[in-house]
Amino acid sequence: MSERTITRAQLSEAVYQEVGLSRNESADLLEMVLEEMSQALVRGESVKLSSFGSFSVRDKGERVGRNPKTGQEVPISSRRVLVFRPSQLLKARVNAEPVRGTMT
Amino acid sequence: MTKSELIARLAARNPHLYQRDVERIVSTIFDEISDALARGDRVELRGFGAFSVKTRDARVGRNPRTGESVHVASKVVPYFKTGKQLRELLNE
Repeated sequence: MSERTITRAQLSEAVYQEVGLSRNESADLLEMVLEEMSQALVRGESVKLSSFGSFSVRDKGERVGRNPKTGQEVPISSRRVLVFRPSQLLKARVNAEPVRGTMT
Repeated sequence: MTKSELIARLAARNPHLYQRDVERIVSTIFDEISDALARGDRVELRGFGAFSVKTRDARVGRNPRTGESVHVASKVVPYFKTGKQLRELLNE
């Protein structure tokens, strides 16, 4: 499998091809999508995109970690982490399984 | 926030666009990401995060009800790593 890296450039090009806005506006809209999603997550909301997956925020408590190089114990402060759960459809697609009865 | 709420917010910020177009924009973005992952490609959105696929090796699992050993084939799973900027925003 040839592994390429897709970036904002290819995504906004796809929007440009598909919707017929200018390239600039296509890039702006992509940015707004990421911005709205980020803001919702920062507010503590989860973001659920049917047929793609859902993003949610989880609170992790403080714990004791270890510097793997020195073996020294260091406290890891409590933090909020983002969790992505792919949809059944996306999981099936990356395994090249035929998808039954789902229209996207 | 659901996909339709996301679309509603974007439509409110872009009154010159038809709702239909906003829907197509959102669908196109996530379809493109899905297509890339299905090809085994990586999608990197600096500041937001990166989508990639990881291979899970085949293993011998167990049916939790019967205790019977079952072969679980190797599979590919989608993976998301949060970008630095978003990770920082979440912890401000």
